[in-house]
Amino acid sequence: MIQLILITILGLLAQLILPWWSLALVAFLVCLWRSQSAGQAFLYGFLGVALVWLGYALIIYMRTGGDFTGRMGELLFKVNNAALPMLATALLGGLVGGLSGLSGFLIRQASGSQVASHAAGSTRP
Amino acid sequence: MVNLHTEKTASIYTLMRYAKAILLPAFTLLLIWALNRSWGSVPAFGPLLSPFVGFWQNAESVNTSDEEITLSGTQAPVTVIMDDKAVPHVFAQNDHDVYFAQGYLTARDRLWQMEFQTHAAAGRVSELVGERALELDRYNRRLGMGFGAEKSVKAMMRDPRSRESVEAYTAGVNAWISQLKPAQYPLEYKLLGYAPELWQPIKCAYFLKYMSGVLALGADDLNMSNVLQKAGPAVTADLFPDYPFREDPIIPVGTKWDFKPVKIPAIPPASVSAVGSVSMNWAEHDPAIGSNNWAVGPQKSATGYPILANDPHLTLSLPSIWYQMQLVTPTMNVYGATMPGAPGVIIGFNKQVAWGVTNVGADVLDFYQIKFRDNRHLEYWHGNRWKPVTRRIERIKIKGQPEKVDTILYTHHGPVMYMEGQKPFAKNVPVGYAARWIGHEESNDFLTYYLLDRAANHADYRKALSYYGAPAQNFVFADVAKDIAISPNGRFPLKWKDQGKFLLDGTNPAHDWQGWIPAEQNPHVKNPPRGFVSSANQSSTDTTYPYYINWQFAPAERGTRINQRLTAMRKATPDSLRMLQNDNLNLRAQQALPVFSPYVRTQKLTAEQKKAFDILKKWHYNHDIAEIGPTLFTEWMRQYMDGVWRDDFPTTDSTTLRYPSFDRTLKMAEQEPTAHWFDDVTTPAHETIGDVLTQTLQLAVDSLARQHGPIGESWQWGKHKATRIAHLARLDALSALNVQIGGGANIINATTERTGPSWRMVVALGPQPKAYGVYPGGQSGNPGSPYYLNMLETWRTGQLNELLYLQSAQDKNPAIKRRIILK
Repeated sequence: MIQLILITILGLLAQLILPWWSLALVAFLVCLWRSQSAGQAFLYGFLGVALVWLGYALIIYMRTGGDFTGRMGELLFKVNNAALPMLATALLGGLVGGLSGLSGFLIRQASGSQVASHAAGSTRP
Repeated sequence: MVNLHTEKTASIYTLMRYAKAILLPAFTLLLIWALNRSWGSVPAFGPLLSPFVGFWQNAESVNTSDEEITLSGTQAPVTVIMDDKAVPHVFAQNDHDVYFAQGYLTARDRLWQMEFQTHAAAGRVSELVGERALELDRYNRRLGMGFGAEKSVKAMMRDPRSRESVEAYTAGVNAWISQLKPAQYPLEYKLLGYAPELWQPIKCAYFLKYMSGVLALGADDLNMSNVLQKAGPAVTADLFPDYPFREDPIIPVGTKWDFKPVKIPAIPPASVSAVGSVSMNWAEHDPAIGSNNWAVGPQKSATGYPILANDPHLTLSLPSIWYQMQLVTPTMNVYGATMPGAPGVIIGFNKQVAWGVTNVGADVLDFYQIKFRDNRHLEYWHGNRWKPVTRRIERIKIKGQPEKVDTILYTHHGPVMYMEGQKPFAKNVPVGYAARWIGHEESNDFLTYYLLDRAANHADYRKALSYYGAPAQNFVFADVAKDIAISPNGRFPLKWKDQGKFLLDGTNPAHDWQGWIPAEQNPHVKNPPRGFVSSANQSSTDTTYPYYINWQFAPAERGTRINQRLTAMRKATPDSLRMLQNDNLNLRAQQALPVFSPYVRTQKLTAEQKKAFDILKKWHYNHDIAEIGPTLFTEWMRQYMDGVWRDDFPTTDSTTLRYPSFDRTLKMAEQEPTAHWFDDVTTPAHETIGDVLTQTLQLAVDSLARQHGPIGESWQWGKHKATRIAHLARLDALSALNVQIGGGANIINATTERTGPSWRMVVALGPQPKAYGVYPGGQSGNPGSPYYLNMLETWRTGQLNELLYLQSAQDKNPAIKRRIILK
């Protein structure tokens, strides 16, 4: 759970100042630092980023009215519907976040640090 | 065994783990890289969808909070008052600051548009969209847009007034660009994947060339030469006369010319050059791009002060063509429509005067056949000697490809646009000919607007006009001293009659442009007895004007209808003029249908065709949305012109011809109904006018039925016409489609499928001017702004907004929404 919270918060902060792909870096580093399984790493990466992207998009959508989002739906998907750009935003951010988290987990696993961190974790009070 | 097996499995697992640890991150990186860049016309989806930097950041809501912006570049603080239509009212303490603020605020709302339009004029679209724009870029460069812009910028910089305004405007635009973060880039940059570059004074010149390209590139020289070659001089003179059958010129018939004309060049013998073996066609001048303006004098207005109206018709586009502004300094208080990319107000008013423009359509583009000495193209023959050809190298950058280098040959006439073996991009460019174009001349057009913005009376207006070059405009004028005036004005080459109606001989100095019509002798009229002045792109003058401006102008119907209504008008108010701007009467139909209808053989019509003909006969010639008459008439006349002329003036792959005008064709039905032209020479039968009218009506109805089904609602004019206001990047989602509005070509409300009134303004002069205006769009160029299309409905329904003309930054008004201080 801590990973999800970290990805959400650090991802949000990173993207305020860094390019959009900094979210990948955050998801990757967090899962490299700590992750139990491939599925969990992907899920946390996916959710952490998707939540931030969807949340921010929703805030903008509600603050500015939906006409423009509908136009973007028309432009990108040929359907004047605000839900599509919203969904695409969440899915795309989530996918990149999830794959980055999974990458973090796989490298962690390959470098053998999974066991070490488990052991380290278990010795904590 | 078991152990061995486990070990083996474990090593496979380890291997797979490593493989996964390499492959998946690599795939992720690849994905991120792919999402971070655009692929052809597919945008970079990563940054585009990110709510932190992508299109979401372009969503805006109505802003009502005051702002204080610190910029380097202003000499004193500037107060900007934003009204409820997001029009900035700039209060500056000096000229520099007012133009700086104009540049800054325009860029804030319209950066992409102003850069894109100047990129287009400069032949740089390939840089943004790749190879598909290459021929367009090549065309603009071969036309000499860059050559002309470089000359114009020199002229601007030579006068301290225009220099200061252009430089301050440039600094203002750059003050906005310099602090812009990628997240704040206009949406189009994010879609196309590029970044804005700094503005330069030459971009203002490119903008002017862009407008000259829109308004002063009409040329029928090649088509007319082909007509002449095919039909001979007598037929050409008969069917393509130099003055229309029906006309009501801009300068009223009977106006005395108050000057002694300079010597007009003699018509050289054999003035027509033979058409070369290879020829192509040029985009003919679009007759729908015209405009209306007029001013009623004190005797016709309810207040006893003049009222002025203007609606320039252009290809409607988004972001909106115009940008409203009020610019105030201690020596100026002007309000009106500006053009993104140009300092000052172009159409507007101040406390003393109001002015507006329509296009003249002068013959200011001619083609000269060039005789080169040999295949090296180093010299050309002119005035009995060989003269050197100069070469201009154009480097065209192309997105995703190496740059292309284009060498253009220049003679003293101008650039040779296309050489034999090169296929012209635009139609109508004769191959092997040099283009002589007004856009290549040095002129300081901004100075005209600089002076008009500050004009106090008729003398100031005349003085301002004397600096103007191109595109030539009919400048209408009214002032608080109760003067009204109009002048078809620009730099007009001094020509022999019909010089440039046909292609010209580039070897003969007698075919060169021979100087200019003196600016003070441009047609003009002040306070004519009829009590109003007007223009609608029709002939500038009657045939008594001593100089040649062009042999053809826009059809007379719009101007004639305006003059009919203004003649009848008494006690005019701004609302009377607004109603006139929205007049939907089709004068052409009113003149033509009573002539044509009796010839139609009703017994030959099917039930559906008969039904259509009945609708036409009951129609009151009005182009309102729900009428079917306009749909039928428009399609019928299109078929009719083809039916009469296609066999006589056919356009083939190798030769382009053109038809006589509608005016001449209607005259034929009225006065020469047995003319042999009605016979279709490609059939053995002998067709008469009745045959042509009946057959083309049948064709028109059948073709509409194929398009719309049986006669019904889908045939209605509004639905059939389906006016479209397209985004400059041709993106439907950012355009206004199927706008339901009446009007049409040759109608005062000149809204066609693509073109129409790009700005409507009415100004009532008086102790305090009262002005009204609207354009189809909004102040913001951002599709995510509530001010992108907020004025469209007002425009569509023919209403106008009252324009807020403030006297000081302290004025109170409920329309004031917020303040911005620039310092």
